[in-house]
Amino acid sequence: MAASGGAWEAVIGLEIHAQLATESKIFCGAPTSFGDAPNLNIDPVTLGLPGALPVLNRRAVELAIRLGLAVGSRIDRASRFARKHYFYPDLPKGYQISQFEEPICVGGQITCDVDGVEKTFGLTRIHLEEDAGKNVHDPKTGRSYIDLNRAGTPLVEIVGEPVLRSPADAVAYMKAVHEIVVALGVSDGNMEQGNFRCDANVSVRRPGAPFGTRTEIKNVNSFRFVGRALEYEIARQIAVLEEGGAVVQETRGWDDDAGVTRSQRGKEEAHDYRYFPDPDLMVVHVDEALIDAIRAELPELPRARRLRFEHSYGLSAYDADVLTQSPARASYFEAVAGGVKDPKLAANWIMGELLATLNREGKDLEASPVPAAALAELIALIEGGTISSKMAKDCFSAMVADGVAPAAWVKQHGGQITDEGAIQAAVEAVLDQSPAQVAEFLSGKEKVIGYLVGQVMRQTRGKANPQQVNAVLRASLEARR
Amino acid sequence: MEIDIRHVARLARLELDAAEAARLGAQLGQILDYVAQLDGLDTADVPPTTHVLPVATPWREDAVTARIDREEVLAAAPEHDGEAFAVPKVV
Repeated sequence: MAASGGAWEAVIGLEIHAQLATESKIFCGAPTSFGDAPNLNIDPVTLGLPGALPVLNRRAVELAIRLGLAVGSRIDRASRFARKHYFYPDLPKGYQISQFEEPICVGGQITCDVDGVEKTFGLTRIHLEEDAGKNVHDPKTGRSYIDLNRAGTPLVEIVGEPVLRSPADAVAYMKAVHEIVVALGVSDGNMEQGNFRCDANVSVRRPGAPFGTRTEIKNVNSFRFVGRALEYEIARQIAVLEEGGAVVQETRGWDDDAGVTRSQRGKEEAHDYRYFPDPDLMVVHVDEALIDAIRAELPELPRARRLRFEHSYGLSAYDADVLTQSPARASYFEAVAGGVKDPKLAANWIMGELLATLNREGKDLEASPVPAAALAELIALIEGGTISSKMAKDCFSAMVADGVAPAAWVKQHGGQITDEGAIQAAVEAVLDQSPAQVAEFLSGKEKVIGYLVGQVMRQTRGKANPQQVNAVLRASLEARR
Repeated sequence: MEIDIRHVARLARLELDAAEAARLGAQLGQILDYVAQLDGLDTADVPPTTHVLPVATPWREDAVTARIDREEVLAAAPEHDGEAFAVPKVV
């Protein structure tokens, strides 16, 4: 970030909101389903009607703990809910129930790769809170319309330390958090529906200097937008400072069409939330048994699985990445790799023939016409020399089309010809029929051997072992010199 | 105790005239003075109280149980369009 007047350093911290994958809201039994007509999924608690009391959804607590354990947070045995007060039409009670002084998860870290460099970023906390409703502004009527379906939906807010130093850090971090919440089943991570979004706090300073004044870019729901908004905002702050101005602490919104952040100072007035413990909710006690039970069910995280695939199976980073795109794909690979000698060969078959076939047929791996055991059997036949790679492709096509077992296919079509005498006979026959090519080869144009190999393969209906054919051909040609 | 009654009133979206501001400011100050007597106690050996009730918050299972009728709710609103509450334009 070189600029006139010397280097500037960006300081970025993200607050990520992820909607928890529950059926019902965090404090009441109204549904959390998306896309329904306005105000169908509401009840007295959602509306904040007098006398309505919140009762905590157990699943929301469990999901927050699940996330906390996966990222190395300390799970607080006693956490509390607080009221955060502000007035907005989508907030019926006049306060949001959140966690303030005693969040459920404290600390933790996210490890990710930024441009090929492994980095670990600290978390401050993860806390539970309820979402607000939705406002739709109609310029025609000059009114705002309030839909409270979303109000009271459970969220975790994942608060990162201000340790990100570039937009690239921020994007990699946000992607890593997204990958984790989705892999854990904590959130569906649907960004278009707003189920995973972030507020980005950013300031700039001279390296080593105290933090500068920060701005907050609100409600960014795409990785690309976060990167672009931060690039813009960092450049804007540097320009302000280099002109001798001061950055104003404020909330800004990202306008992706215009490619700028804009001040939302209007909404900003009086940031005095007057947090206090919510008297309607008592302390949330979490016991060891619950934590142990949740810990026991934690799946392997995608990044750990990628690294394990690289190290235990000797795969490239690229292959490991492709094969861990979904838990189903990863376990399919492991099932195949477990039944063959060379895991790399298993990777190639899955990433090549299998994925191409599924793509073509528009099928998920779960509905694969070729089960993992069958593919392993096919690869083992190649490794054992029973069939050539080329024959294996024909066999694979038959497996896809008719569900035939590899062994049955070999029985029907015959295995690879490895008998030296048989290959020799086929080679001699081809050479006898190809005097022109033989002469060409002997005059030094060795490329013609490709044609001769092809003829031998044709003669043997593709079944001769190609390496053997090559060797025998060369020897026979030399013998005719 | 001096309090900024204008700030407090604005946070609560209350409009106070000068006489109300003076009267309520003084009264709120007195309430705070009353509570501030607690500061005189030595609480060094008293563990912090997180809640006045010594029970954990009860949990409910994650199940959809309750919904209320939209028409009934909207009927109580000053203004609506049949689906949503309508309010003066915010943004």
